Amino acid sequence: MPFGHQTFKKPEFKKISDVVWEISPSFKKNMRVPVRIIATKNLVDGMDLQVYDQASNVATLPGIQKYSFVMADGHSGYGFSIGGVAAFDINDNGVISPGGIGFDINCGMRLILTNLTVNDVKPHLKTLVEKLFQKVPAGVGSTGFLKISKDEFKKVSEQGARWAIDSGYGWNEDLDRTELNGIADWADNSKISKRAIERGFNQIGTLGSGNHYLEIQYVKEENIANKALAKKWGLFPNQVVIMFHCGSRGFGHQIASDYLQVFLNVMERKYGIKILDRELASAPFNSTEGQDYFKAMACGVNMSFANRQVILHRIREVFSEVFKQDAENLGMRQVFDVAHNRASLETHDVDGEKKELLVHRKGATGSYYPYRSEIPDLYKEDGSPVIIGGSMETGSYLLVGADGAKETFCSTAHGSGRTMSRTRARNMWRGEKLQKDMEQRGIFVKTASFSGLAEEAGGAYKDIDEVVEATHKAGISLKVARFIPIGNVKG
Amino acid sequence: MPYKFLEDVSVADVAFESTGKTLKELLESCALAVTNTMIKNLETISDVVKKKFSVEAENPEMLLYKFLEEIIFYKDAEQLLFNKFELDLSPVGKIWKLKVIAHGEKINPQKHEQLVDVKAVTFHQFKVKEESDKWFAHIILDV
Repeated sequence: MPFGHQTFKKPEFKKISDVVWEISPSFKKNMRVPVRIIATKNLVDGMDLQVYDQASNVATLPGIQKYSFVMADGHSGYGFSIGGVAAFDINDNGVISPGGIGFDINCGMRLILTNLTVNDVKPHLKTLVEKLFQKVPAGVGSTGFLKISKDEFKKVSEQGARWAIDSGYGWNEDLDRTELNGIADWADNSKISKRAIERGFNQIGTLGSGNHYLEIQYVKEENIANKALAKKWGLFPNQVVIMFHCGSRGFGHQIASDYLQVFLNVMERKYGIKILDRELASAPFNSTEGQDYFKAMACGVNMSFANRQVILHRIREVFSEVFKQDAENLGMRQVFDVAHNRASLETHDVDGEKKELLVHRKGATGSYYPYRSEIPDLYKEDGSPVIIGGSMETGSYLLVGADGAKETFCSTAHGSGRTMSRTRARNMWRGEKLQKDMEQRGIFVKTASFSGLAEEAGGAYKDIDEVVEATHKAGISLKVARFIPIGNVKG
Repeated sequence: MPYKFLEDVSVADVAFESTGKTLKELLESCALAVTNTMIKNLETISDVVKKKFSVEAENPEMLLYKFLEEIIFYKDAEQLLFNKFELDLSPVGKIWKLKVIAHGEKINPQKHEQLVDVKAVTFHQFKVKEESDKWFAHIILDV
């Protein structure tokens, strides 16, 4: 038995509905609120027990409101579980915690339309994937084509996707279709370290690795769940779309690491906060350290928006080159860009009282019901688009924020969620064989790492349909359309 | 091998445990484990770049954390991978000082078969202990 081995207690689950389950605060000492899991019984039973340990740790943090949530795709992580959501009252000693956001600050998804059908694309699929693999670097320590100075990079960290557009990498309207319009405007780059800049300034336009990917997908008529909204948002049967998943790269990772150490030093000594896992290191939101991190986190958010904006530009270049038409003629408009690793300052109704809350979403997506102020004007009356990426073998979803999300501080799932470790998956599948099998099933994959490919096998993930069904039944995000992968660039 | 990757500790990240007869050996085996998380065959890394750096901390645990953070830093900032370390460890009063000369080369995807990028060393279940003249570490990396 490894000396670091830990075992975890199985909680009792109280059924609130078919898709809402609760763990009482009596499960662990000092829990301030219950844990709520938004998932089917099957998904709840399948989650590793450490998820509930981590969610109940979060429930002990100062200022937490209502519930410590776990979304349907939950699995254990560090600090918060993945799929973890918690909101803290900033006017009642509520905290900010890097472990509730993740090292990959503003890791998120973008979805792009085309006016091409699957039949238009199939003859060019291999060329497209190979060119995308060249133009959007992936893998360990990969660097982008943009060569900018560290001073210029500081501008990126304050201007986000706006910097990319102003530099010629994208269309103005892309900002109308991005959360926060592509800029976290409270960013302050005097709050970030030289090391963070050194790690990130040459990585704009890169995917990274692990579960990051860029996928060519299409939508079948029978997979359009909300025909009116799908049409309004520009979807049609057999249409090809592009979806990709990446974050703030080494820059964001370093910001989180830097502030984790800052918080560990002051948390107990200065603020008397006691935690059950060092990855939950926290400081009051309204403290010098808390504010510094919030402004530094915003720099990470901006790098990530700029990164995805530049990648979008490269994707448009590739399609334009292959189809010998402008990206505009190919209808390559962005649907949306959503984050799933971020803390967001939002006003929510808590037991009839309006409160200013810092909502942490770690591996969870903002899902805003119609007319919320967080929704860009274009989608205001519909609810915010929610992009949930599945495993590379199965499929992904576009959903829309709905009223049920009032119960979850406007949050929903972010992906299918792993069921087994990478080390185990690597022992179960061979990347080279998986690539051949997938090609026979009509999915062409290029990867920076065959081992990494094996780790991302569909069998290492939960059933995406069940995860999405749970969020739909809970009314927190409603299905619009399901996409099927045909080409994949794996980081 | 003085380190072993663990299958059932972390669902999304990479967990390993390392051992060493001395703290210096432990530091080295953990650094190799971090590199081996990213690259399949450590022997494919040639000795063409020498990087000197130093870290200090109040205890062996934080010293290990900071040392591994450097390995990750150089992977992104200078795209460097290391597979050999000259370590000079000296406790000065209450402070542990570590001087490092790391040997390696720039990442070359054609030469170095890639596994998965390491984002950070986490403090989750991060443990270092000395027992019966042997050092142990248990570490989870965010990937």
